[in-house]
Amino acid sequence: MIDFSRVTVHYAETPEPMLRDVNLHIPEGELCLVAGRTGAGKSTLLRAINGLVPHFTGGTLHGTVTVQGRDTRSHPPRDLADVVGIVGQDPLAAFVTDTVEEELAYGMEQLALPAPVMRKRVEETLDLLGIAELRDRPLRTLSGGQQQRVAIGAVLTSHPQVLVLDEPTSALDPTAAEDVLAAVTRLVHDLGVTVVVAEHRLERVVQFADRLLYLPGDGTVIDGEPAAVLADVDLAPPLVELGRAAGWTPLPLSVRDARRRASDLRQRLADAPAPPATPPPAGLPVLAARNIVVRYPGTVAVAGVDLDLHPGRIVALMGRNGSGKSSLLWAVQGSGPRHSGTVTVVGPDGATDPKTLPAGRARRRVGLVPQTPGDLLYLETVDAECAQADRESDASVGTCRALLDQLTPALPGDQHPRDLSEGQRLALALAVQLTAAPQVVLLDEPTRGLDYRAKRQFTAIVRRLATDGRAVVVATHDVELVAILADRVVVMAQGEIVADGTTAEVMLASPAFAPQVAKVLAPQPWLTVEQVTAALAEVGTRG
Amino acid sequence: MTDQATADGVGRQAPVTPPDSRPARAGRLPRALHPGAWWLWALGLATAASHTTNPLPLALLVAAAALVVVRRRGDAPWAFAFRMYLILGAVIVAMRVVFRLVFGGGQGDHVLLHLPEIPLPAWAAGIRLFGPVAAEQLLGGFYDGLRLATMLICLGAANALANPKRLLKAVPGALYAVSTAVVVALSVAPQLVESVLRVRRARRLRGAAGQGLRALRGIALPVLADALDRSLALAAAMDSRGYGRTAAIPAGQRALTGGLVLAGLVGVCVGTYGLLDTTVPGYLGLPMLIVGLATAVAGMLLAGRQVRRSRYRPDRWPITEVVVAGCGVATAVVMAVAGSVDPARLYPPVSPLTWPELTPLMLLVVAVAVAPAWLAPPPTLADHRTPRPVLIPSDGTTRSSPKRDTSESEAQR
Repeated sequence: MIDFSRVTVHYAETPEPMLRDVNLHIPEGELCLVAGRTGAGKSTLLRAINGLVPHFTGGTLHGTVTVQGRDTRSHPPRDLADVVGIVGQDPLAAFVTDTVEEELAYGMEQLALPAPVMRKRVEETLDLLGIAELRDRPLRTLSGGQQQRVAIGAVLTSHPQVLVLDEPTSALDPTAAEDVLAAVTRLVHDLGVTVVVAEHRLERVVQFADRLLYLPGDGTVIDGEPAAVLADVDLAPPLVELGRAAGWTPLPLSVRDARRRASDLRQRLADAPAPPATPPPAGLPVLAARNIVVRYPGTVAVAGVDLDLHPGRIVALMGRNGSGKSSLLWAVQGSGPRHSGTVTVVGPDGATDPKTLPAGRARRRVGLVPQTPGDLLYLETVDAECAQADRESDASVGTCRALLDQLTPALPGDQHPRDLSEGQRLALALAVQLTAAPQVVLLDEPTRGLDYRAKRQFTAIVRRLATDGRAVVVATHDVELVAILADRVVVMAQGEIVADGTTAEVMLASPAFAPQVAKVLAPQPWLTVEQVTAALAEVGTRG
Repeated sequence: MTDQATADGVGRQAPVTPPDSRPARAGRLPRALHPGAWWLWALGLATAASHTTNPLPLALLVAAAALVVVRRRGDAPWAFAFRMYLILGAVIVAMRVVFRLVFGGGQGDHVLLHLPEIPLPAWAAGIRLFGPVAAEQLLGGFYDGLRLATMLICLGAANALANPKRLLKAVPGALYAVSTAVVVALSVAPQLVESVLRVRRARRLRGAAGQGLRALRGIALPVLADALDRSLALAAAMDSRGYGRTAAIPAGQRALTGGLVLAGLVGVCVGTYGLLDTTVPGYLGLPMLIVGLATAVAGMLLAGRQVRRSRYRPDRWPITEVVVAGCGVATAVVMAVAGSVDPARLYPPVSPLTWPELTPLMLLVVAVAVAPAWLAPPPTLADHRTPRPVLIPSDGTTRSSPKRDTSESEAQR
């Protein structure tokens, strides 16, 4: 179906080729997962399949890529539209029309299919992806998961044999992500569509994959069975790490796999002391929010929420897209709208409401890194941003740079902020906000687009913030991250807090929020591989 | 074939429904009317309004347009823009009256009040500021303003009734690229506003340092970068979905069609000018207009045949559309007839002051104009009770819809 023969892709602005001498053969009906670090060339590989590389992106491609016998050299993307459907990370950016039904029909109109065929396929696709009730809705009013399913449907109507998905679930909450992935696996099993999907959070997809393409970052591609490839690769989902810790071969890829093998491990762990419970916070909260209400025309985003933040504690704020997480963070910081309620932050000069302070002083009490950290950055170089941050915060020259070096060492100062990787840009935005030395740090979906390594780095950074005595809130969809990082979990739905407790309490109580380790080892209260390995070590020394 | 068979079957057995009631019923099913029909209707009303300054038929025309809008508009955002047009119309009338008050000449015997006149320098002779205000003068302003406002409100009615984007979809195939560009631009505008708001909010997080030009730069740079990224993503998406898959057209033929369309449009412009300006030779008028139109249409047909694309659920033009558009044309025609029969009634004199009068023909105009309120099919309204999936967080896995909830609770009862 898809053949790469000695493919080398070289962009003019990078010294090393993105892909080097890649040979691949992906047969029909396979679900092929592409993994690798940010910048390892995943997108390049995916976009080479339909000829966007190099027809659209520039660069040089040596070798040949053929899809169903068509050479991408002589077929630009538009001539492959009936064979390859490609869906990106941000579906909204790729929508051409404005309602669901028209979007589904757009691709077929370009292929000049007769009207009755189009009508039939639109109806079929609406049912296949479970979006029939959305048919007349404007695309902008849909939730993230719905938009992603519409985007997949919009390419499916052309009946492509190959579906290419570039991180389809990175912006979605766990349930929406499951919906999208369920739709994708259904396509593979029912329609025999060949699917090539790139994904950072391997744990979501790897169990469905027939094969794994791993890009180590030097331009080569490691190709093989998922379990075999993951055995000696440094980025791995928690299940694989658990399998390694327990010494299972082959490694388990799905919770079901692991659970069937885990009875022995559960027995060994039964004697181990339970993971230490998080002690209740000592002392007074540094920030107390009471009865916060945020309204937008037609909706209540936050409906009377109370929130206490204690120094040195990390709180994870969870909930589906649109449940009011961002609105709450912005309202607490004081820059966003707040229609009623009070916020008090303890500071060096007494307790105040950040809303009453000028913006420049409010950020010294509460720092917020927004969902798109790039919004905070507007200068040409990293150094200029750092110098500007020092000036804004009346900090001594070099404060921001020093913070940045702690977060990500050796970031070249003359680089443009937009050329940084997601993780580096997040670090820069965080350093800019930390220059003002706020006691409360709010992070809105910081791990979007971060790979395992960057996430590990990020975890270390946030832990350091907490040990410095800061109160940290992380709004995120990533249950695995929450399991490792948070002391307390707050779950929001429809603008209200529906669950609030220690990480163990909340995550063990509900399957939707349980991390993989907890699912495997339930009913035992383990959340992370770290806890399990520590307990195993203790059992080993005692035994 | 199947239709034939059923018709025969119905013919042999006792008919369950009278056959002639079927087309009428199909026309009455809720559906969106072709946007072109609404525009023709509205243009007819506006043309009729332009033929009179009599406030009675004008007010009735506004009422007719409003009634049709209220009865036949959908629930899309643009459908509620009609109120804006009514307000704009009121503003136009008020402006006209105020202008007459400020700059008005002193014509008219019925002076209502004396405002102090502001003396102007000699070079501004002929312009008078304030001074005596006559009833005739204000009434003239009111008539003029009402005519303009009525025309505007009629066009506003078309805007409220017809989806502007669907009108763009109805353009001939040759103009497809242009209409795509317009649609994309229309959806980019709200995105741009959104990203300006987002970046401005983010600026506050940095203490919003710097004022004026510096702040502008802080907002403009991320917004522009954002817009560029987005347009690149859109271009890539359109390309991968087959946009621009044109058949290989020889360059000569492409130049020919382009030339035909362009020449035709120039011809239409010259012809329209010739028709309006009575001093130019006659052959530059109607004949030129017809030749230009024919050339342009030929060019577009030719270009349309080269486009390899199909339309999803194209707007059709069945009898109902003809009726609605016909109502608009008839409104304009009857008003023109009324003008030729009794011009004085359509332009009631302001001096001496007289009461405006209605004639039977004017009533006929209004009756024809308001007919689509009943003749057009009712609009389709979105079902607001659409069940949305609800996640119950306590156990996390249960998904249900409100509809099912009620049925379950009923079952329990």
